[in-house]
Amino acid sequence: MLFVRCKECGAKLSASRCFEFKLAVNNLPDEELLSYGHRACSGCGAIIAVRLALKASGRDVIVVQPTGCMEVVTTPYPETSWKVPYIHVAFENAGAVASGVWRALKVLGKKTKVLVIGGDGGTVDIGLQALSGALERGENITYICYDNEAYMNTGVQRSGATPFGAVTTTSPAGKLSFGEDRPKKDMPHIVASHNVPYVATASVGYPMDYVEKVKKALSVEGPSYIHVLTPCPTGWGFDSSKSIELGKLAVDTGMWILYEIENGVEKINYIPTKRKPVVEYLKAQRRFRHLSDDIISKIQEEVDRVWERILKST
Amino acid sequence: MRDIVEGSRAVAEAVKLCRAKVISAYPITPQTHIVEYLAEFVANGELDAEFVRVESEHSALSVCVGASATGVRTFTATSSQGLALMFEVLFIASGLRLPIVMVNANRALSAPISIWNDQSDSTAVRDCGWIQVYVETNQEALDSVIQAYKVAEKVLLPFMVCMDGFVLTHTYEPVDIPDQRLVDDYLPEYDPPIKLDPENPVTIGPIADPNYYMEFKLVQDEAMNEAKRVLKDEDEKFGEIFGRRYGLIEEYGTDDADVVLVTMGSLAGTIKDVVDRMREKGKNVGLVRVRLYRPFPKDEIVRALKDFEVIGVIEKDNCFGFGGGALFHDVRSALYGKSNAKVIGFVAGLGGRDIPYWDIEKAYEMCYEARVKEVPDVVWIGVRDWFRR
Repeated sequence: MLFVRCKECGAKLSASRCFEFKLAVNNLPDEELLSYGHRACSGCGAIIAVRLALKASGRDVIVVQPTGCMEVVTTPYPETSWKVPYIHVAFENAGAVASGVWRALKVLGKKTKVLVIGGDGGTVDIGLQALSGALERGENITYICYDNEAYMNTGVQRSGATPFGAVTTTSPAGKLSFGEDRPKKDMPHIVASHNVPYVATASVGYPMDYVEKVKKALSVEGPSYIHVLTPCPTGWGFDSSKSIELGKLAVDTGMWILYEIENGVEKINYIPTKRKPVVEYLKAQRRFRHLSDDIISKIQEEVDRVWERILKST
Repeated sequence: MRDIVEGSRAVAEAVKLCRAKVISAYPITPQTHIVEYLAEFVANGELDAEFVRVESEHSALSVCVGASATGVRTFTATSSQGLALMFEVLFIASGLRLPIVMVNANRALSAPISIWNDQSDSTAVRDCGWIQVYVETNQEALDSVIQAYKVAEKVLLPFMVCMDGFVLTHTYEPVDIPDQRLVDDYLPEYDPPIKLDPENPVTIGPIADPNYYMEFKLVQDEAMNEAKRVLKDEDEKFGEIFGRRYGLIEEYGTDDADVVLVTMGSLAGTIKDVVDRMREKGKNVGLVRVRLYRPFPKDEIVRALKDFEVIGVIEKDNCFGFGGGALFHDVRSALYGKSNAKVIGFVAGLGGRDIPYWDIEKAYEMCYEARVKEVPDVVWIGVRDWFRR
């Protein structure tokens, strides 16, 4: 297969895929459905994910959002950033609320898309049950989990999506602790186990890949899920100009893998030709800065192991 | 059409007549039959609705919130632990001003776990901003669901119809099932002023800082007060069409009564029998049944009770650490400054404990006693050795 580097994102891609990417860039609407003036931190990766998702969805969509950063920063009454219909109900029930919205649309005979945009806390932790119910019932909804790997809205507490080694306010490093001591919950595969038609991971570091996936997710019948990594300068501890760079670095070090699971078939979307060492990603962030060389090697070994398995199977 | 049906069936018939469009269901005894009947109606094509088999009561109500906000009529039913699990969403549904109708089959709360009837579940959420009606019969359950949609959609507040679990839900009674045509005349199609619609995008459920939060709550409280008037009017209109009215409270033998009991729900039926029996023996006792519990019909209660020397409030719930049930406290509070009556709180029937007529007679006797001597404020009746108090 012929590989080229995509001009937009620098990713190594098959030529045909790169062409699709360029097409996607050209087709991205100028119209902003998420208004400026929101209260997101500067350099927020999640707000980019939200903005791009709306470019992918267009106007004929209803957004459901669990409690979290994006909800708080976009809806300070009497203002709102949303130029599309939007509902926020509670932290743990977005899957159920979206089910209700979709069923009502079905009754009304409307083709409007239902798009959930929730953080990792509202998705992999407290919202898991309601989401599982919605997936298992086959509700026609697209769920985007913007993953900033902790409860950032309440001040950087550990979530089920916090990666191994990361320091948060509830997983601090100390004499007896190196921070989070458990690996991240594998949410995309948990979702895929529900036999849903489309699951994908993405990173805001590779925005066109993400947008393309959102479009695909919205176009399938039945539940679809996208887990997008959204670097958080506030919680991760890096300069707010570096968000996209870190989003790329996560992928280029192999710590974050871009893949799709379509009707149960898993496909790796992007294989870095020469994986950068994980230390480049880790040392760029305050939350990992305390890690000893031992722990860093452990993380590197784990990443190597995962990629060995991937490369063998492809 | 007159039929002999289970209470749960009466409710399901009402929901069908009201043409609910999205119904969510999670099983919990003794509510389960209601959604089973509805599932059957949908499966048979008798009811054109989406039936969502959710994974919890929290989601059951959340589905209703999403669907109602999108502009369709919704229904769910629950009980006890299920209502407790919904706690969070109850306040959100009322705060978002969504006219969801829910039937609560009253059942005791754990622990110890009990599937049997009392009213601790719904009285515990009296301040969640839902309209609450407690019904006495299966006919009233059916009629109240129809009235509930009408009132809820007028004032934009959710409505909880509370019916005693098992005592009503599982009991067969003759019920008049109204004509679809008449219900359609009474209850117009649901067309909310604000809904999730790409043609006219709105943001529902924003964050309100201290500069705005209180005004939201004030208008919500005003809507609750308005609900009282609207239910009164709608009950009247309902009576004109269907021949049955219930009022906000019901008085039985109060005109010439010496003492009076106050209660909610199906217990009123037993008490009415006791009133008749005692009157035959020359004891003029009376009953006030509170049908509308939230918003609380203060004026009606005061009017009905202010001239009594002794009032007993008998109910199936208890306020731990204060004593007596929620209704007892509300009645006493409503009468404050309007009457010097002695009010006694009788706690009875918790966890399905039977309330036989002789216990009710004893409660009346105690009310008579209270006219001449000191009696405690709160008395648990029907417990072992209760007479020794």
